[in-house]
Amino acid sequence: MPAQIPDDSVGIISPKIQRFDEPLTLRSGRVLESYELIYETYGELNADASNAILICHALSGDHHAAGYHSMEDKRPGWWDTCIGPGKAIDTNKFFVVCLNNLGGCSGSTGPTSINPETGKAYGPDFPIVAVRDWVRSQKRLADFLNIQQWAAVVGGSLGGMQVLRWSIQYPDRLRHALVIASAPKLSAQNIAFNEVARQAISKDPDFHQGRYMDHGVVPKTGLSQARMLGHLTYMSGDAMKEKFGRELKTEELSFSFNPEFQVESYLHYQGQKFSTQFDANTYLLMTKALDYFDPTVDHDGDLVKCLSQAQCKFFVTSFTTDWRFAPDRSEEIVNALMQADKDVSYACIESENGHDAFLLPIPRYLDVFSAYMSRVEADIPAITQAGGQ
Amino acid sequence: MSTALDNLRPDLSIIQQWVKPNSQVLDLGCGKGELLSFLKAEKSVRGYGLEISPEKITHCISNGINVIEQNLDSGLSNFKDNSIDTVIMAQALQAVQQPDVLVEEMLRIGNQAIVTFPNFGYWRTRLYLLLKGRMPMSESLPYNWYDTPNIHLCTFKDFEQLCHSKGIRILNKTVVDDQHNEHWSIGLWPSMLGETAVYHISR
Repeated sequence: MPAQIPDDSVGIISPKIQRFDEPLTLRSGRVLESYELIYETYGELNADASNAILICHALSGDHHAAGYHSMEDKRPGWWDTCIGPGKAIDTNKFFVVCLNNLGGCSGSTGPTSINPETGKAYGPDFPIVAVRDWVRSQKRLADFLNIQQWAAVVGGSLGGMQVLRWSIQYPDRLRHALVIASAPKLSAQNIAFNEVARQAISKDPDFHQGRYMDHGVVPKTGLSQARMLGHLTYMSGDAMKEKFGRELKTEELSFSFNPEFQVESYLHYQGQKFSTQFDANTYLLMTKALDYFDPTVDHDGDLVKCLSQAQCKFFVTSFTTDWRFAPDRSEEIVNALMQADKDVSYACIESENGHDAFLLPIPRYLDVFSAYMSRVEADIPAITQAGGQ
Repeated sequence: MSTALDNLRPDLSIIQQWVKPNSQVLDLGCGKGELLSFLKAEKSVRGYGLEISPEKITHCISNGINVIEQNLDSGLSNFKDNSIDTVIMAQALQAVQQPDVLVEEMLRIGNQAIVTFPNFGYWRTRLYLLLKGRMPMSESLPYNWYDTPNIHLCTFKDFEQLCHSKGIRILNKTVVDDQHNEHWSIGLWPSMLGETAVYHISR
């Protein structure tokens, strides 16, 4: 809990919920008749709504990107290192919007929400949503907020995929796209990791084909294993060596199969914490959205052709030890953008922190991110003074 | 000419003469993006700079220059044949691992290329070696032999020999002195009097 709110924090934040009654036809063909999106905003929207930034969250993220919900919070929102007064995404200059994506479990309509057709929670019946579906729902939120064009859409990892999708799906609705530690599509290795995670969840005896809520249980073991696997792929070998080495929890080896190494107990802790906070069906759904993402499917598999539709400027960043979304995956995006003759800048940040790096306060990362955001600010059109007041 | 040109580093002000308006350029080792800024503002040139210095990359981004973090020693295979009008490399040739390969790569990617490098045959350099018997150091070559990034220094004649052996055409060449100025007197004996070489080449 913060003893006091830091000066560079957005402070105490209350989320808002918006209901949408216009049916949303999903990539799968299924239709969500109505849905709610929970979101937070930081900073002030200017008079012509031209200073708005959309933040797209990653696999286990949510709408709470910055600040605190109460003085009892142990930690701030997931991207508080980069969002706040004077930070890379400066809330003194920008109006920042972050929402929980459809299918999430933090307040937007998802598997834990009540299905109006049955009066019970959707559970496994919640339709699988694709990145493009999220982007459509985000665009409806933009419409609701009267934001005609985002100053920038920003996201890391799965969030970066949403940013790419925005750039080709609604090219005139954003001026800048910031794609951080992301990829144009997942590799076989990445899909494989996701499948192991899904298997861990769906083979948990408490999973009950996804209807665990009906049984009053949660597939904690599976969810915890999925998170442990995910977590270790987000770290680099060097970072794990640095953080844990081969240190033991106890003085000497116990010659048992209980967790003894520090790294084991760390993973257990992370897994267990996650399994009590996150919904298993949402986890399955989010990993599917990752696996399915490939914006080139409508463009003969050609990323250059695909990104040629974009009108915005791009900033792409990767991190040297990120092997889940490695620098060469970001470079695929960069090369395609150059071939498509788009404005793009690219930085590959030296870091020991693997995929996690994009959430961490790495000085060079924050410098170059801030520098790019100053360009985003410079591209905010001067407010056109309409006649009268 | 405009003040923008006056503010440009002299070898860059020579380079810009050979870049066509509205064309596309690739600037290898673009530094803080001075040349690209000028070309963008004055000639509506589009392009990208490649750079590896974190500070310079941030500087380019602050100035609205498209900069890509890429090490020239890792090659340029990500660029397609004839995809760029002009590929430029100012004062980086001497610092790369395979200058011969890179020059060929520049002409694979670009229709034309512009290369500038410090002339190791400059009279002061020759005199330094002759009189002191040590690897020459100067304002433009400020490093000791053991810590210099300039691992492939050459003279005008060396470079022209390279072009000749690779079948590369020299469209234009000029030299600037230690004040980075073009002066008529340098033209009398460029390989001796020119400190920086500026070559405009193509296939």
